[in-house]
Amino acid sequence: MAILELTNISKHFGAIQAVNDVSISLEAGQVVGLMGDNGAGKSTLVKMIAGNYRPSQGTIRLDGSEIVLHRPIEARQHGIEIVHQDLALCNNLTAAANVFLGRELRRGFGPLRVLDYKAMYRRAGEIFRELRSETRPRDLVRQMSGGQRQAVAIARTMISEAKIVLMDEPTAAISVRQVAEVLHLIRELRDRGIAVVLISHRMPDVFDVADRVVVMRRGRKVADKPIAQTSPEEVTGLITGAIERG
Amino acid sequence: MATTLDQTIAQKQRTLGAAILANQTFWVLLAVVLACIFLSFATDSFATAKNLYNITRNTTFVAIIALGMTLVIITGGIDLSVGSVLCLCSMVLAVVMHSGYSIEVGIAASVATALLIGAFNGVLIAYVGFPPFVVTLGMLSIARSLAMVASNNTVVFQFGPDHDKLLALGGGAWLFGIANPVIYMIVLALLTGFVLRWTRLGRYIYAIGGNEQAATATGIPVRLIKVGVYMISALSAGVAGIIQTGWLGAVTTNIGAGMELQVIAAAVIGGANLAGGVGTAFGALVGAALIEVIRNSLGLLGINAFWQGAFIGGATILAVLFDRIRNFRQTE
Repeated sequence: MAILELTNISKHFGAIQAVNDVSISLEAGQVVGLMGDNGAGKSTLVKMIAGNYRPSQGTIRLDGSEIVLHRPIEARQHGIEIVHQDLALCNNLTAAANVFLGRELRRGFGPLRVLDYKAMYRRAGEIFRELRSETRPRDLVRQMSGGQRQAVAIARTMISEAKIVLMDEPTAAISVRQVAEVLHLIRELRDRGIAVVLISHRMPDVFDVADRVVVMRRGRKVADKPIAQTSPEEVTGLITGAIERG
Repeated sequence: MATTLDQTIAQKQRTLGAAILANQTFWVLLAVVLACIFLSFATDSFATAKNLYNITRNTTFVAIIALGMTLVIITGGIDLSVGSVLCLCSMVLAVVMHSGYSIEVGIAASVATALLIGAFNGVLIAYVGFPPFVVTLGMLSIARSLAMVASNNTVVFQFGPDHDKLLALGGGAWLFGIANPVIYMIVLALLTGFVLRWTRLGRYIYAIGGNEQAATATGIPVRLIKVGVYMISALSAGVAGIIQTGWLGAVTTNIGAGMELQVIAAAVIGGANLAGGVGTAFGALVGAALIEVIRNSLGLLGINAFWQGAFIGGATILAVLFDRIRNFRQTE
């Protein structure tokens, strides 16, 4: 069954039609690669799922019931997490502090509740272990590699027990080894039954990790098929418009 | 032997010793201690009860404001208005008490003035999006001008019926012969340190300085907290003003002139980074102490007072130089 269902979603900014009549369904434990050229409407679509924009038309259903998202915080309350391209981490804080940012664990009672460093280090360590990432909870994010940063950003989504994780270009601008690390993290999320949307320009990554690929062009969905039934050549054609529809 | 994933995750990045050696505050503290030891031997007058009493007390006014300033600096801001706010709050206290009200009313009026100014700065910065430099530069001018208006630019040295209470508050030594202002400073420093290290608010203050957008994205009330830190900064100036008034026994419209620069220097020497995200309460005290020790020692060593600025400025640059050298090593 679909966990998230977008039906006939459109979004226009004044006269500009950014997303035009798009329907997509996400299933638990599935990775969907969302591809398209710059300005194809990927970001706008994702921002609607994340609660940054409200659709001009169409409905969003979560677990079968319709939801209306006014703000990003509401999306998060529904279990929809976004991992931003710039990662939105604080370089001056430790990995554990970033993982728990805004959701700090505390101990004590009433007004005398203080941050529970020990519990946060321990829990963050457990999550990094589950992700099989060599990330130390006490390290400052400033000193981390791109792959470790992604692990921190992804660990954030696991703290909140997200059902849907939207990843915006997670493999842009990092080294080959780190790309492998990040793809591994995505598989870990999938194996826990999380629906992952991977927005990427990198064809090999999408074909490596995604179960399905959705291609957008000029605000419309032009293809939505299992990865096994397509090829990088076809997807490239769909992105550029050389192939009209998949 | 190959290290397992578990070992890697459990590993600490560096030992406690290494962390201390990499800490700017530690080196500044060491400089303060060495200077004190040197001065104890080099002069007869340094290690006397009277002089130590003076040094610790003189440190407090800059140190208390540096605590508030450190919070502002951690969020990536700056507050240039503290010297003038100190003056205005002292003057409000003085004028209210002079006209016959009790010390409680005077302090309440003074604190309210500080909070109001802090809120004004904070709202313009956090909600209207003004650069902190501009808003607080404006307030630097406004607050001092208001102090002149409030007092008609006269010196106030009569504080009405509670005159003696006020002087005892700032000039007394109620506990083991330690000057009262020092007690206030220690209490406020412990409070600030506690908030920064052990509360969510403290964590969020660091997060805002580290990456304001990230802080906003995680649902932290960034704007509210920014207004809060400017209010705390102004409040710290107000509190310092109240204590200083009690100590000096008189208020003129030029007290606190140029103090903002000393306060910022103290915070920066103590390890606060003007780019935001870094700083501690302890650092603010140590920075303020170094400035005071330099000033005191120049006098005792018979060096012309005109050199003071050169030494304090040199110390500021030297302290930050340590930080730069460490960063160069890390990026290599």
